[in-house]
Amino acid sequence: MQAPFERIVQEYGLNVLRVCRALLDEHRAQDAWSETFLAALKAYPQLPDDANVLAWLVRIARNKAIDELRKHKPEILNDQDMDGPASGMNRPDLQLDNLQLWHEVNQLPGKQRQVVAYRYLGGMSYAQIAEILSGSEAAARRAGADGIKNLRVRLDDQELWREQP
Amino acid sequence: MNEKNYQQQATAAEMQTLDALQGQLAEKARALELVDVAYRMVDSPVGSLLLASTDAGLVRVAFESEGHDRILELLSEKLSPRILRDKSSLDGTARQLDEYFAGTRHSFELPVDLQLSTQFRRQVQLELGHIDYGQTLSYAQLAQQIGKPKAVRAVGSACATNPIPIVLPCHRVLRTDGSLGGYLGGLEAKTELLKLENPDFAGSAATLF
Repeated sequence: MQAPFERIVQEYGLNVLRVCRALLDEHRAQDAWSETFLAALKAYPQLPDDANVLAWLVRIARNKAIDELRKHKPEILNDQDMDGPASGMNRPDLQLDNLQLWHEVNQLPGKQRQVVAYRYLGGMSYAQIAEILSGSEAAARRAGADGIKNLRVRLDDQELWREQP
Repeated sequence: MNEKNYQQQATAAEMQTLDALQGQLAEKARALELVDVAYRMVDSPVGSLLLASTDAGLVRVAFESEGHDRILELLSEKLSPRILRDKSSLDGTARQLDEYFAGTRHSFELPVDLQLSTQFRRQVQLELGHIDYGQTLSYAQLAQQIGKPKAVRAVGSACATNPIPIVLPCHRVLRTDGSLGGYLGGLEAKTELLKLENPDFAGSAATLF
């Protein structure tokens, strides 16, 4: 038996909000939250009973967040493959349901939070991120590195998102 | 540091945002016709009531004693898991119930959805709507009224499984000897409703003997 959908909203609404806020500014985060749960509601009857609901929701949220970004910067994300996504991105779903990680990402200072979210959760290159944040690629790289350093300390995990040089 | 902890640590600001977002979600989902069952709770003199509706109409009224969580699970299983709490979609129903409990409304004007009932039970349950406010019938009389005088027991089960109590007034059906019979919401609630409609109602005295 599937739980009434309302229970899914109650149980995971906060997680999805934090994910959206990590990826987007406040206004767009709230839009993405709504879009996520509308899409989830639509697909819910087909969700297998043993599915990991949180991972499913976070995956939808991530896609909705990218949709939100695309609305404003269509040219950036379309050529994503050409300038290479972050190397840690081939298995991003492994981290999707790590709530502690999401929580810590949310605690990072603004710019670090955005860069880390775009790169490691949104799968974007530093060049793309720089364009979205209207800054230089080097600055984005620096903020990303600082953010990861902070996360490694807070989570006591030196291997977190270690990229191949 | 387990995952559950983080789920529960919403700040006051986050709670507020989520409240607003959940309200908007119900509205947007309704506009997109993604909700199969909408529900809300209302307070009443017989305790908290759960009201649930489909596109066709009111599909369930549940007493607290039935376990609202359990009822939502049943609705999820029998109707659809696309269930959302949606306060405003049931405003009209809540208002009519308020008026009923205030004594100013004697009949309900609401579309009802009896898809949870079998055909025979549906026939009986619809017939309940024809028993006037403040009046009572016996199970035998009700059986007669639908043209099946021998089906007294089946009529009794149809009343006992009425998915829309109060609105379809199964509380107005008593045993032939005047005792209360049963009631989904408990005999106290049944007595309360009968007394609300008719202050002279003798109460459950007959069940004592």
